[in-house]
Amino acid sequence: MSGFWIILIGSLVASCCAILGCFLILRRMALIGDAISHAVLPGIAIAFLLSGSRDSLFMLLGAAVFGFAAVFLIQLLKRGGVQGDASLGVVFTALFAIGVVLISLNARNIDLDLDCVLFGEIAYAQWNTLALGGVELGPKAVWLLGFTLAVILLVVFLFYKQFKLISFDPALAAALGIPVALFHYVLMGLVSMASVSSFESVGAILVVGLLIIPPSAAYLLTDRLGVMLAISVAIGVVSAIAGYGAAAALDASIAGSMVCAAGLLFALAFLFSPKHGWLAHRLARHRAAA
Amino acid sequence: MIGAAAPLAVSGMTVAYRKKPVVQGVSFEAKKGELIGIIGPNGAGKSTLIKAILGLIPALEGEVRIYGKPYKQQRKLVGYVPQRESVDWDFPTHALDVVTMGRYGHLGLFRRPGRKEKELAFECLEKVGMAAFANRQIGQLSGGQQQRVFLARALAQDAALYLMDEPFAGVDAATEKAIVLLLDELKRQGRTVLVVHHDLTTVTEYFDSVLLLNGEKIAFGPTAAAFTPELLHRAYGGKLGFRMPVPTADSGE
Repeated sequence: MSGFWIILIGSLVASCCAILGCFLILRRMALIGDAISHAVLPGIAIAFLLSGSRDSLFMLLGAAVFGFAAVFLIQLLKRGGVQGDASLGVVFTALFAIGVVLISLNARNIDLDLDCVLFGEIAYAQWNTLALGGVELGPKAVWLLGFTLAVILLVVFLFYKQFKLISFDPALAAALGIPVALFHYVLMGLVSMASVSSFESVGAILVVGLLIIPPSAAYLLTDRLGVMLAISVAIGVVSAIAGYGAAAALDASIAGSMVCAAGLLFALAFLFSPKHGWLAHRLARHRAAA
Repeated sequence: MIGAAAPLAVSGMTVAYRKKPVVQGVSFEAKKGELIGIIGPNGAGKSTLIKAILGLIPALEGEVRIYGKPYKQQRKLVGYVPQRESVDWDFPTHALDVVTMGRYGHLGLFRRPGRKEKELAFECLEKVGMAAFANRQIGQLSGGQQQRVFLARALAQDAALYLMDEPFAGVDAATEKAIVLLLDELKRQGRTVLVVHHDLTTVTEYFDSVLLLNGEKIAFGPTAAAFTPELLHRAYGGKLGFRMPVPTADSGE
């Protein structure tokens, strides 16, 4: 049973990240995902300190506040004349560091350790179960991630055309009256939510891998946005399953193995994608020369 | 019913980037069915003016009226063709899908483009001679074909007033001809079109009127009156060793 829960949790994390990651990489904002997933840490720590519990709702709120704060600060610095990538680097590392300090200061008071924050403890996530009126309802992480995935699916389903147009041609979107800034913050909010829901299982660093790698592989495999979203989720889920299998066989870090599996799938797509792969390009050039 | 108000009236428009004014006190009024070329040297604020009219960048001063009302109330009457380089042509989508985006403004918050929208988008692709490429990934189209897809998208917007940012930039002869035919058709249908344009040799041939710009308005009026060597010299200063094209019966092509 334990393998089942780990694979389910991993697949839910991967699905949340795979969908949002597509819009991030198409908007050339892959590293914003990186920034947010780190910047939410002080929010999580403060939520812990205030509530004194690992209550997911508090953590979600705290993380969301800091996710938005990070996005806002990055834009503030940019407008103030700091280089775009530098302002990103300044904001997320500084916020992350504050989170690290807060957690280390209170290490004795709260049962949240840095290793778990950085790399996740997907194997333990399943023991933290939700019980209502004495009835066991399965791991809390499954409920939290399931809820997050449902929200992401609902928002992307309802506003698919807006997200697509904003990603492709933000100027036309704005001219048509689509609130570009609002949708930007909705996307950032969803990324914050996915980061904090995932961090307990895969940690703040590896979640970035799942945000960026499966969508990047999917991008190489199709010319349609809808298909890209589906392939991205499929690659994420396959990574979760294959990663668990590899980790069990090698007795290695589960979350690490999942991201490694995603990296491997990306490498395969990069080399062998029928249209955009390295091999296809080589063959095309060879044929053109002949 | 649209009243007698002008399709586009801009008054006292001033736009600045970081306190440096790029467009200064520009006023003009476009008539129904008029083809207007916006001409001026690099950095004259041509694109900036268009973007400010559309509210994409804030104006410091000035007012825009589209058929007598602010742009925000008239979005559906205005079609926009951004510069081709402003988007990523490797985006995972195909020509028909891009044209369908022109309908998004008419669909409201939740409705998705359906068969009706796709049929209309296909007709627009046909009008620019791109029907055969409907399902082609946009990155696999030539520059001219991409520009025609953008124009088809603008047609799908079914607007009364069009703002086009350098549609002729870097296109092949076939596309240039297709765009000219399209502009004429839009004009015949009583639509008003403003085109940011670079090629001075084709101005008299393509446009009824010219807005000559160099930060401020140098001239605005019928091409014969506004597109003169003296005014061009004022707009371009010494930057241009420009000769007026000699109008001939068949100007090449």
